[in-house]
Amino acid sequence: MENSFLQWLAQPELTHYLMLGAMLFCIGITLVLTRRNVIMVLMGIELILNSANINFIAFSRYSVITLDGHLTALFLIILAAAEAAVALAIVLNIYNRFKTIDIDEISLLKG
Amino acid sequence: MEFTAILFYVFSITTLGSALFMVFCKNIVHAAFALMFTLLGVAALYVLLFADFLAATQVLVYVGGILILILFGVMLTTQGFSSNLKALTTNLLPVSVVMAFVAAGMMYVFYTSSWPVVVMDEPDSTITGLGMLLLHEYMLPFQITGVLLLIAIIGALLMATRIKHPN
Amino acid sequence: MLQLSLLILLIPFAGFLILIFFGKRLPRQGDWLGTSFLGITLLMSVFLLISKIASIPGDTLSYSFSWVIIGNPDAGGFSVDLGVMIDNLTVVMLVVVMLVSFLVHLFSIGYMKDDPRYSRYFSYLGLFTFSMTGIVLTDNLLMMYIFWELVGISSYLLIGFWYEKKSASNAANKAFIVNRIGDAGMFIGIMILFIHFSTFSFDAIFSGIQAGDLPFQSTAWLTAAGILIFCGAVGKSAQFPLHVWLPDAMEGPTPVSALIHAATMVAAGGYLIARMFPILTAEALLVIAYIGAITALIAATIALTQHDIKKILAYSTISQLGYMVMALGVGAFTAGFMHLVTHAAFKAGLFLGAGSVIFAMHHALHQKHDHKTDAQDLRNMGGLKSRMPLTYWTFLIFTLAISGVPLTSGFLSKDEILAGTLAFSSLNGHYLLPVIGFVVAGLTAFYMFRLFILTFHGKHADESRVSDLKESPFTMTIPLMILAGLSTFVFYSFNPFAASGGWFFSAIERPLSLVPEALQPASAEVFAQAVSALHTPALILSIIIAGAGIFGAVWVYQWKKTSAVQISEKFGALYRGSFNKWYFDEMYQAVFINGTFIITKVLRWFDETIVDGIVNGAAYVFERFSVVNRWFDEHIIDGLVNLTALGTGVLGKVLRKLQTGKIQHYLAFVVLGMLVFYFIII
Repeated sequence: MENSFLQWLAQPELTHYLMLGAMLFCIGITLVLTRRNVIMVLMGIELILNSANINFIAFSRYSVITLDGHLTALFLIILAAAEAAVALAIVLNIYNRFKTIDIDEISLLKG
Repeated sequence: MEFTAILFYVFSITTLGSALFMVFCKNIVHAAFALMFTLLGVAALYVLLFADFLAATQVLVYVGGILILILFGVMLTTQGFSSNLKALTTNLLPVSVVMAFVAAGMMYVFYTSSWPVVVMDEPDSTITGLGMLLLHEYMLPFQITGVLLLIAIIGALLMATRIKHPN
Repeated sequence: MLQLSLLILLIPFAGFLILIFFGKRLPRQGDWLGTSFLGITLLMSVFLLISKIASIPGDTLSYSFSWVIIGNPDAGGFSVDLGVMIDNLTVVMLVVVMLVSFLVHLFSIGYMKDDPRYSRYFSYLGLFTFSMTGIVLTDNLLMMYIFWELVGISSYLLIGFWYEKKSASNAANKAFIVNRIGDAGMFIGIMILFIHFSTFSFDAIFSGIQAGDLPFQSTAWLTAAGILIFCGAVGKSAQFPLHVWLPDAMEGPTPVSALIHAATMVAAGGYLIARMFPILTAEALLVIAYIGAITALIAATIALTQHDIKKILAYSTISQLGYMVMALGVGAFTAGFMHLVTHAAFKAGLFLGAGSVIFAMHHALHQKHDHKTDAQDLRNMGGLKSRMPLTYWTFLIFTLAISGVPLTSGFLSKDEILAGTLAFSSLNGHYLLPVIGFVVAGLTAFYMFRLFILTFHGKHADESRVSDLKESPFTMTIPLMILAGLSTFVFYSFNPFAASGGWFFSAIERPLSLVPEALQPASAEVFAQAVSALHTPALILSIIIAGAGIFGAVWVYQWKKTSAVQISEKFGALYRGSFNKWYFDEMYQAVFINGTFIITKVLRWFDETIVDGIVNGAAYVFERFSVVNRWFDEHIIDGLVNLTALGTGVLGKVLRKLQTGKIQHYLAFVVLGMLVFYFIII
């Protein structure tokens, strides 16, 4: 048992990458949920997207669909770029409106 | 232990370590630099997975583009060295505990399930194949993505330039 | 050769792009640029013609690449290819297009000199030349259609070039809309072939049909596809019943009329039929032949009585196009195509000559500050012979050529066409076709000499103008002389009485029909035998008839032995019919335009009385019913609604506590929800 686990550790393949992706995903979620600065929240979102990308590429390496995973990841990167641009524009607008980017203070929709 | 395995662990630790640093650090500029190391680590992992083109794109777009954009965002929204530089947190402890459990659960699931692993031949370069796919089967998504980027750029410009607000 | 052909295609396009964007800033507004580009391509295409015909006359060169691939081409998908194809038909047509276009460029330098949109004009000419070359060079139906529409748009732009004139912009619209009718038919025809074969390539479609693979396995569909594609030719070549746009198109500048509406674009219809010839069934060809014959007759009779010099030439163009179409329809393939080529030369010459006359008339009228007299009206001309000798002599050669007088190019091709129709009727018994052919030949000779005599002979209508009339500048007369040279027989055959021994007949051979045996027209050998048997009588008959026509015109207009007015009074009804173009425009107005109005009126009445009546009746019934409903609503439904509102309000008061307005709280709910699902699944 002990031996086989060490062997498993010594040969990284699909599962390792999936676990790495899972950890990165959880760290991203934590960032999104805990930070009060909007820009930090955005960074968390980038981490989440990256974890998804790792999964796509890992699957395309370790299965028969070779390049389709790469392409999906490529589209995701493009999407992330568009998202970052729009999100930062929104942040700038928020900053001009409220003079702060602390999302706890921006609660116009409070019921 | 193979050389690639060592590399894998080195880059994984870089990635996850700097990601964790982002969660706990106080200074937003430091966090941005940690994000850079995370992204570079992910790019290196792409190389290990034989995704050369994607690794290059990752470095170009994420590190060269998005990160700079974020730094600009930080710059434009801080008033001197006020409390805004200190990125405060809410509910850090309960959330991180819950998410640690979630991560553990997911890892357990991944470890116990058996994936049908097929290791393909190591390709020389993916660029030719990606180009062919982009211009044939993925023609429509490719075009739509272009339109999306255009719309995003126009939208971002429109929003960012409307500075005067009736207050 | 393929690279050369691509250069020929792209150089005019480059000229168009440069002139449309930078034309105004170039010295002399860039006219030298367009003209020299065309000169280069003309040399290239002549080189192409000679090298193709001399070295590899039997081969067909083609090159194509996949432009768009949709799905897997081996399994249900298809790829759209672009490509060029060079055979003898292509190179001959290419030289015709380039030559006429070059000469028209040259002519326009003088003719359009003071126009405010001078550079725009040359850029449009470049666009037209590019599109026309595209039609000629393409190897598939899709590109053919695209370039077909491109020549349509450049024709539209050039007809409406003087768009300040209401009549010009109307004429442009009319040309475009009428062409659209034909093009719609052509598109359906192309789609019939495409749906079955999943390809646009001529080669693939032809070989498919040759292998017996008919569209939808039905001969009727094949005939239908042929006739529908011919619809495109009907529109563009101004065949009956869509011929009405061409005379109006004369609102454009005269060199444009020479290039587009006489020599090249309208001949594209003939080219299209020639291209599609192998897959046309005998029935489709018969339809084509009759359409051509009817067109030739109608247009020739209208041309007899018109007064506007350009209108006469326009109707004569329609009539000659009818000739070509008829020749292709009866299977006299080479003769029809040859007529296309010879007609391009002499009709372009006629139009340019007319342009030269109009230019001089305008100039003279301008000198006298006379803006009322119509510079294009025959009744205002006469006696120009001595004032414009170069124009006079070249115009005479063109007139002889179109009338079919021996030693001219027109005689060669027209004679072959007449022999072809005779042979066709001897094989199939359609005697109407040769009769129409010979009648039209006589009419052509008559009205062309009427035009010629009224313009150049006799006395000028207003003596005081004569001194102001001057010969046009050299840029205008040189094209005329070149075209006059090309209207003689030597360029097509060394024997002035038979074209069949010349290089043209050996280079352009009738292609094999690929349709199933039972649907084929009479084979080329049988047809050729019938032609050679009937060639001599056709020759003699056509010389006699042309001579009779010319003699008639000279009798009436030169010697004035019989008054033209008397003749027209004698045949009052026929004269009025011909003078009013057989009322086609009025008929279309009455049937299609007023018909639409009448239908709308009927529909409106239907709407107002019946539909509205039903609506009003229903409204009355519902109104009564609603009174009952109201009571029910007020007491029972409202009670329920109020109860629901009360419940929702109470619930809302409780739930609003969750609505903190903080995004992270919402996100936390999302994550929690996700976790719940996660555990349920596990």
